[in-house]
Amino acid sequence: MTVIQELSEQLQQGNPKNVAELTRQAINENIDIKTILDKGLIAGMSVIGEKFKAHEIFLPHVLLAAKAMYAGMDLLKPLLLKEGIPTRGKVIIGSVQGDLHDIGKNLVAIMLKGAGFEVIDLGNDVSPEKFLDTAEKENAGVVGMSALLTTTMPVMKKVIDLARARGLYGKKRFIVGGAPLSSEYAKEIGADAYCFDGVSAVETVKRFAGIF
Amino acid sequence: MQSLAERLTQPGVLIADGAIGTMLFKCGLIAGECPEKINLDRSEILEEIALLYFHAGAEIVQTNTFGGSPLKLAMYSLDNKTEEINARAVQAVRKIVRDEAYISASCGPTGKLLEPFGDTKPEQIFETYRRQMKTLLAEGVDMICIETMTDIAEAVLAVKAARSISSMIPVCATMTFDPTPRGFYTIMGSTIEQAASELNNAGADIIGSNCGNGIMNMVTIAKEFKKHTTLPIIIQSNAGIPILKDGVSIYPETPEYMTEQSRELIDIDIKILGGCCGTTPAHIEAFKKILRENSAKTY
Ligand code: B1M
Repeated sequence: MTVIQELSEQLQQGNPKNVAELTRQAINENIDIKTILDKGLIAGMSVIGEKFKAHEIFLPHVLLAAKAMYAGMDLLKPLLLKEGIPTRGKVIIGSVQGDLHDIGKNLVAIMLKGAGFEVIDLGNDVSPEKFLDTAEKENAGVVGMSALLTTTMPVMKKVIDLARARGLYGKKRFIVGGAPLSSEYAKEIGADAYCFDGVSAVETVKRFAGIF
Repeated sequence: MQSLAERLTQPGVLIADGAIGTMLFKCGLIAGECPEKINLDRSEILEEIALLYFHAGAEIVQTNTFGGSPLKLAMYSLDNKTEEINARAVQAVRKIVRDEAYISASCGPTGKLLEPFGDTKPEQIFETYRRQMKTLLAEGVDMICIETMTDIAEAVLAVKAARSISSMIPVCATMTFDPTPRGFYTIMGSTIEQAASELNNAGADIIGSNCGNGIMNMVTIAKEFKKHTTLPIIIQSNAGIPILKDGVSIYPETPEYMTEQSRELIDIDIKILGGCCGTTPAHIEAFKKILRENSAKTY
């Protein structure tokens, strides 16, 4: 088994200690950060997601896997941030109201920071008011929303509707992401862009900032 | 009125009330607001809901204390008001039902997860329920109802907390199961068999299921419980699984439909029949009606 396969395996076992150890090892072996992230950590987490969906495993197992995921992400974070040259622009990011999933959102925040943007992370369970109040107060150009549940997706529309009511729509850019979303849905609710993952979020925000 | 403990030993199904949460939203509770805060500042709403269910024929009426444990209230910085919040809830129901219905004290999950997958210690869970239940019992409730549990370990701690205060009070414990291809499991992975045995060992008097399912699945769940326990069974079904329509949740099962399916629950001799999310006084009234028809047949 390669170190990357083992990393995915240990994440699925929910073992934070081994995941940290293997991530360190992979970094030392000069394996590409993106490979460690995509083929190791994210790949392991998606197996967990499938097994949970099939009711083969239950929430305690998913929670342990999430802990393990963070053990790896914490080590990758400084490396992802390294190239960052701050002040390319400000981005507000958060998981929408009712949604406690924050792994994907945190990853996107790290990648945006790494690309040189100033990121204000509002955490999870963020109300529409808080998104917009902060965007106004901080004079941020981009508002990024994450939702992992079909039941919390409609909150994104609420944020955009509220932005319309407050005259912020068109002035600020709204990007959305998360496993259950699609570009059709983003279009339907009036978001400026749907981002499949962290990389596409970085590309999109760069485009909005006029950086290509 | 005879004590609930006595009543439970006699034949016949008891009718409990229906949803409180969905009713509160109708009465103006805002999403994100602490549902128990109204016990402090708008207790007339509690009286209104209790009255509706009492008039519908509920013999057991619940208190608005589902999230009344200090650990849960702390999420709204209201834990310092634990005693007042729980006491007011009981007083509001007592004012309506006087001694003509039993009061069941609702105790829901703390919202915390136990170690090792969460960060909370068993002692913290036990103590938080003990503090909530002390007030509820001091206010003279007729039953402690631990409900919507998904982690059997938390449910057991709650039952033990109740038992540590009173050896006499009827303690009811219900869990929420999901249908899977391999049978019913809670989201935390507990089975019905496990629930039946562990809740019994912890000292529960009445066990069963609430929430998460419509009436059809609840019939299956009740039958499964029957296989694994001789304790009286309680079933509080949702009015189906909510359908999201234009951003609003709609519960599809009508009083007529639920009542028709409930006949099977009465046939297998469950002890308490009530409703959970989406059920209304109309559902309770319909339950009550078929019970009357049923007893007319038997006697
Ligand atoms: C702003 O711009 C952007 C741009 C891109 C953006 C973006 C924002 N946000 C995300 N992206 C994108 O970029 C990221 C990087 O590539 C990606 O982010 P992702 O988040 O998709 O990917 C992460 C890197 C890894 N993926 C994850 O972290 C999610 C993994 C799965 C397994 C998952 C986890 C870990 C958890 N969960 Co939950 N969980 C599942 C997930 C299954 C799955 N396959 O997605 C899902 C999402 N969960 C589900 C459910 C049902 C639930 N979960 C719940 C709870 C949890 C845990 C707490 C245990 C845990 C979260 C821990 C945490 N701190 O985040 C509950 C809800 C809690 C709540 N209110 O939010 C609960 C309701 C379970 C319950 N009954 O209690 C399912 C949702 C079904 C649905 N479609 O609605 C689910 C799909 C699992 C399943 N297959 O059934 C992209 O989507």
